[in-house]
Amino acid sequence: MSLLHLVIILPLLFSILMIFFKRVQRVHTGWFVLPLPILLFIYFLSLLPVTSSRETVTEAINWIPSLGINFTAKADGLGLLFALLITGIGALVVFYSIYYLDKAKEKLPSFYVYLLLFMGAMLGVVLSDNLIVMYAFWELTSFSSFLLIGYWYDREASRYGAQKSMLITVFGGLAMLGGIILLYIMTGTFSITEIVGNSDQLYQHSLFIPSMLCILLGAFTKSAQFPFYIWLPDAMEAPTPVSAYLHSATMVKAGIYLVARFTPVFGESGFWFWLVGGVGLITLTWGSVFAVKQTDLKGILAFSTVSQLGLIMSLLGVGSAALHYEALDDNIFLVATSAAIFHLINHATFKGSLFMAVGMIDHETGTRDIRKLGGLMPFMPITFTVSIIGAFSMAGLPPFNGFLSKEMFFTGMVRVTEMDIFNLGTWGILFPVIAWIASVFTFLYSMILIFKTFTGNYQPEKLDKKPHEAPLGMLIPPVILVSLVIIFGFFPNLLSDSLISPAMAAVLPSLIGTGEEFMVHISFWHGINIELFMTLGVVVLGIILYRTLPKWKGVYKKIPERFSLFRFYDRLLESSQSGSYRLTSSYMTGSIHSYLVYIFAFFIFILAATLIGQDAFKLDTVNVSSIGIYEWVLALFVVAGSISILFVKSRMTAIILLGAVGYTVSLFYVLFRAPDLALTQLVIETISVALFLVCFYHLPKLRQYETRIRFKLTNALISVGVGAIVTVIALSAHSNKLFDSISQFYVENTYEKAAGQNMVNVILVDFRGFDTLFEITVLAIASLGIYGMIKLRGNGRKEG
Amino acid sequence: MLEIVIRIALLCCSLAMLGLIYRVIKGPTVPDRVIALDAIGVNLVAVTALICIVLKSSAFLEIILLIGILAFIGTVAFAKYLEKGVIIERDNHR
Repeated sequence: MSLLHLVIILPLLFSILMIFFKRVQRVHTGWFVLPLPILLFIYFLSLLPVTSSRETVTEAINWIPSLGINFTAKADGLGLLFALLITGIGALVVFYSIYYLDKAKEKLPSFYVYLLLFMGAMLGVVLSDNLIVMYAFWELTSFSSFLLIGYWYDREASRYGAQKSMLITVFGGLAMLGGIILLYIMTGTFSITEIVGNSDQLYQHSLFIPSMLCILLGAFTKSAQFPFYIWLPDAMEAPTPVSAYLHSATMVKAGIYLVARFTPVFGESGFWFWLVGGVGLITLTWGSVFAVKQTDLKGILAFSTVSQLGLIMSLLGVGSAALHYEALDDNIFLVATSAAIFHLINHATFKGSLFMAVGMIDHETGTRDIRKLGGLMPFMPITFTVSIIGAFSMAGLPPFNGFLSKEMFFTGMVRVTEMDIFNLGTWGILFPVIAWIASVFTFLYSMILIFKTFTGNYQPEKLDKKPHEAPLGMLIPPVILVSLVIIFGFFPNLLSDSLISPAMAAVLPSLIGTGEEFMVHISFWHGINIELFMTLGVVVLGIILYRTLPKWKGVYKKIPERFSLFRFYDRLLESSQSGSYRLTSSYMTGSIHSYLVYIFAFFIFILAATLIGQDAFKLDTVNVSSIGIYEWVLALFVVAGSISILFVKSRMTAIILLGAVGYTVSLFYVLFRAPDLALTQLVIETISVALFLVCFYHLPKLRQYETRIRFKLTNALISVGVGAIVTVIALSAHSNKLFDSISQFYVENTYEKAAGQNMVNVILVDFRGFDTLFEITVLAIASLGIYGMIKLRGNGRKEG
Repeated sequence: MLEIVIRIALLCCSLAMLGLIYRVIKGPTVPDRVIALDAIGVNLVAVTALICIVLKSSAFLEIILLIGILAFIGTVAFAKYLEKGVIIERDNHR
């Protein structure tokens, strides 16, 4: 076990230790947890020089080598970038949660167990090179996120949100597993590195598109892309540190990671470009438009997360087009990928800080409803500063990092119009236009977030508490994050060489040879160009829309309900529940009659289908012996007796007829020279007729009226069908006899080897004595069972 | 000669059994049916014996005895059932 493995496992191991901290009441449990993410963060920082020189750290442990499943940990540029986000923001969130969650009121150990599980799982996802191991960690993130969303499990909404996110992400996770298996069928390996190495041969494979769709389904559900974004707003019932960590910075980016990771495998296909880019754009616009409607601060942030993830996703989709333009030096389409990675970092910083700010507002005022909030600026100046920097960065205003990535986003989208692949043609113009409209709405909701909360009228009567500034400890993590917002805003090239360039090398490995590097240069001012005017347009139109918000906000009341996917999900869940209930109750009638009808109908169907399908019916009269008069007479008796059983009125007569049929059968045994069988048959028949009579006598009084069996067409058809099919099979089996019987052996050896002259008895107790042993057992069980049923009949009622 | 006699005998037995079975099905009362059944048992004895001769085998002589016993026991059981409503009475001394 190497250090890299240990780092992934450590949070999981540490979560076990939480049971010991249950005893410590005086110190907040979070303090014990805090050093772990910090140490991990420092460790990952120490790997930075390795990845920026385009090396990777790969360590392997055999897990199930016979199936090709090994725990291979690999830290390359992309994995390390995510690992740094996970541990860095993880440390800040743990610190924040120490002040956010109350020591006495909350079940802290469980919270940190879930959080550590999540952190380890997330590290496992981004650092695993083996797809099956990655899938295992992927499901662990779904699972721990379920636990975290349902942390306040006594609330209805928490449970609902947890269930919803579980259903949707696990649905996607299973689809992804399917995609992984398809990839394995195509390439014969689970290792991402090897799959990327062999990706050239995949395009022609017939499973290429199905596996791509399955893996994208996993990525889209996890990253809350359209139409699977619906779980994220409901996941806001989780404690705010969880929302900040999982639902802005880490888990929802697992899908982004997956798309980036598989870009070298699938990126050259046009489907990938259209699906990833298109779904990203739709999500971006949809999320930003509906964020404006929200009245809950966390609701706005949830929809904004959805929208920003769509932005990153669309950039990754557009960036995959760069694979079609070979030259590295003047490949102007590379900017989309670098913008995606840059915005990924930026989004983690500003969205984390915004969530924490909202948590502080909630903590200090008791509400998150923007209709109740307002005029908080004088009371919470630091929170206000944090929020305004975060929101301006989100809106894409200078001098913050969001501005830079937004400019790059526009550049990437504008350059789509210059592409001449995938039948883009004039459709390419849609990309920048939609992106621009979405940015206007992004600006709008960022402004609503800030100005509806901190300016305007202060309404003390609507607030539960008197607002005041949050405690210092709670302020530190968001302040660190916004200072990163500013630092990355002013010195973006700190990131470009250390993180973005190595990550791009992992996303687009086929574009660079050994020794080359992506020259990512993010400039603050790149002259007067179309992107600048687009940003100006966003600001101007955004301000106009914000000013006139009350006049047109009524539009929302009309549109959204009809298009709401939330309702669709609820209806789907409800109707699948009621539908399956209806389905079950339609055939599980509880009556043995209908089950027998199913069994026999299926029996007829499957046997007839096999007979016809295999063309097995054959009628061969070569081996048939002649039928004598005795057989005819006896058969007549049996048939007459059997048929009259169906039509007699009284049960007594039916039983007597049954006895008569049984006796005739024994006569058949006599005729066919089976004396032992005839003996047994006679005795057994007599006993069973007696037993029938006993049953008959004990029938309840009420039901004792005697009626003829009612005629039903289904029953008649099925019974005739069963009889016919069995007859046909018996005839065909007899006609298809392939080899002679083995009975000659018994004839020769019954006396020679077993010292008996009765062959039937010798077979029963000597040649095949085992069967007899267990037939005896069956009889013993039956008699014991009958004894038990009769003897213990009354006791259960009395004691129970 | 013997064969023809046996054929005729078997035919007679069969006709008798047919008539008895008609009585079993039709029989207006249960005792009618029970008696018919008992007679079928006796007929079965005869048929079995005749078949023994046809097959030239002595392996079925036990069956003749068994049918006799069973027909007796069955008829007695039926009779007791019809008389008392039970076949095996409870031990009252316990």
